[in-house]
Amino acid sequence: MRVAYWPGCVSRGFTPELHGSMEAVAPLLGLELVPLDRAACCGAGVIAEHNQELADTLNARTFALAQQVDGAELMMNICSTCQGAQSECQERLDANSAYRARVNATLDDAEPGLRYEKGLTNKNLLWLLVEELGLDALRAKVRRPLTNLRVGPFYGCYIVRPRARLGIDAEHPRDRYLHQVIETLGGTVIDYAGTYKCCGFPIVTMNKTASLRQAGTHLGDATDAEADCLVVPCPLCHLNLDLQQPQAAKVVGRPLAMPVLHLPQLLGLALGLEPKQLGMSKHVVKPTAVIDWSAAVVAAPAPA
Amino acid sequence: MADYTLRVRRFDPEQTSGPYWQEFAVELEPHRSVLDAILTAKEELDGSLGIRCSCRAAICGSCGVRVNGRPALACNTHLRDATDAGPAADGSTATVTVEPMGNMPVLKDLIVDMDAVHWKKIHRVTPWLLNRRPVPEREYVVPHEDMVDVTQTMACIQCGACVSDCLSMEVDPEFVGPAAAAKAYRFVGDPRDAEQRQRLRDLAEDPHGIYDCTHCFMCIDACPKGVAPMSQIMRLRRISGSDHQIVDRNNGERHEEAFTTLVRDYGLLHEAELLPRSYGGNSWFGKFHPAAGLELVDSLPSIARAVARRKVKPTQALRGHRLARRDLDAVHAIFERVEGDARRHELNLYLSGVEEEAPAP
Repeated sequence: MRVAYWPGCVSRGFTPELHGSMEAVAPLLGLELVPLDRAACCGAGVIAEHNQELADTLNARTFALAQQVDGAELMMNICSTCQGAQSECQERLDANSAYRARVNATLDDAEPGLRYEKGLTNKNLLWLLVEELGLDALRAKVRRPLTNLRVGPFYGCYIVRPRARLGIDAEHPRDRYLHQVIETLGGTVIDYAGTYKCCGFPIVTMNKTASLRQAGTHLGDATDAEADCLVVPCPLCHLNLDLQQPQAAKVVGRPLAMPVLHLPQLLGLALGLEPKQLGMSKHVVKPTAVIDWSAAVVAAPAPA
Repeated sequence: MADYTLRVRRFDPEQTSGPYWQEFAVELEPHRSVLDAILTAKEELDGSLGIRCSCRAAICGSCGVRVNGRPALACNTHLRDATDAGPAADGSTATVTVEPMGNMPVLKDLIVDMDAVHWKKIHRVTPWLLNRRPVPEREYVVPHEDMVDVTQTMACIQCGACVSDCLSMEVDPEFVGPAAAAKAYRFVGDPRDAEQRQRLRDLAEDPHGIYDCTHCFMCIDACPKGVAPMSQIMRLRRISGSDHQIVDRNNGERHEEAFTTLVRDYGLLHEAELLPRSYGGNSWFGKFHPAAGLELVDSLPSIARAVARRKVKPTQALRGHRLARRDLDAVHAIFERVEGDARRHELNLYLSGVEEEAPAP
């Protein structure tokens, strides 16, 4: 399957292991990634806070570039925040033809011929796994089931709320997909309080204590529920949960050593890649230091 | 008729046993409300069950509770929607879990202390009109579109559902919160109000004000009236920073300015520049400001670890990533055209609605 691939900024900046692991795992999933390397930052809600039309126009440009990719069935992102920010802009663009025409006029002015046509499909990797690839097909690709791994799902706000905008309903229980993927890969889903809560990252520069208290609380709750690791489809959550974990531990006053995996890393492990190939040595809380991946987790015999 | 198991978290302040769960079996049509189920249990099974309610029509805002873990009005939630799959096909009963709202102290059973949290915060934002002077002899004449603009926040019925699940308030109980912030926009957006700037300064400078919102969308999903409090907070920030140039002590305006400027200059987010600029000011020199220095020292352990793990290469991080020239030119052109416009264009779907699909030819 050929997709117009939007990696986002942070996956190529402070969490390079996310983009790296996505590229490593894509061929195993039968995904051909056509990177949208001409597109700009989605604005992460901050540019929309500054000027809504500016965020809408920058994202309309990204959507238009995605629509120009030959043979791509849809646009795919690997960041909950990109998904949420872009869905918000797309909701406005698709809802009103006069507004869309106005934004398209700006696009044409900036880059003659560029134009967004209503109705782009833009899916996070998580949605694509379940809705396009399918869980049965994914199960068939598992080479090393994560048999003994206890995984806490952490979705990130932007990919679960608002439910209507993100198309979450009985037919598309997108707020259960991370649970389903963990189980499909052979792991055990851990129930803990933080699954749908905020990592705190958006206010890390405004109220660092409150921000880190959020991260620390969720990591602590997952620890109490005896999770081996968390998995996130959002690199911004990863920054607060992993990069800032030692600081968060100080704020909540308890030691924390909870590995946090990016979604493609969890996929890669089950599909037979080595932790190192997936950039897992680049984490602040090294997953390899906490869990013996080679023996405890991924050495279980593959199903017959 | 269908059978439902109503699972209620109860609390009796006169007992020392703490909160406990109790189940009630009720038989009601699936189109009846969760409030109907609670009142049926109260009338037929246990008269001591505490619930506050009045209108039963989603207008008085009394019966805010959590249904299956999500904040809602009990009267506004159908039983058939309160269970994920509806009554079980095998004849077993469907369970509806009801709890008191969060972030507020529980007085008894499903009744929380709205005065201690919700109303205190509403009072915090001066929730009345501060007239422009001189007051006209007859009524104010206000442009229609200006009043339409504030109708979204006027739709608030003060039920507290948004307060219940606010994730910023969960870690910072002093946060002004979604309901009060939406109420603040009600007056900031009103052209008759004389104190727009003062209201905004107050909420921007407060460490628990508009810049303490963590942007989690909980309040947007919680609100039974479509007020979208978080969107109103973003509008307050926009007017505060862009129209009044209020540079707050919480780094809120600087963060927004720095983020936007860096995307204009690089096309992509330059994380290593964003942090110091958010503290020290929106220019390359921001990192030399004492506030940026202090934050740098505070963040040093994280930075050192990121470098040690080869997560981030220092040279690469400092240089940032940048789009190609031709793409940067396009990004600049978009910035110039949109930011050059004298008037900001905002599309509020609450007011404009969504266009009907054109019928297929």
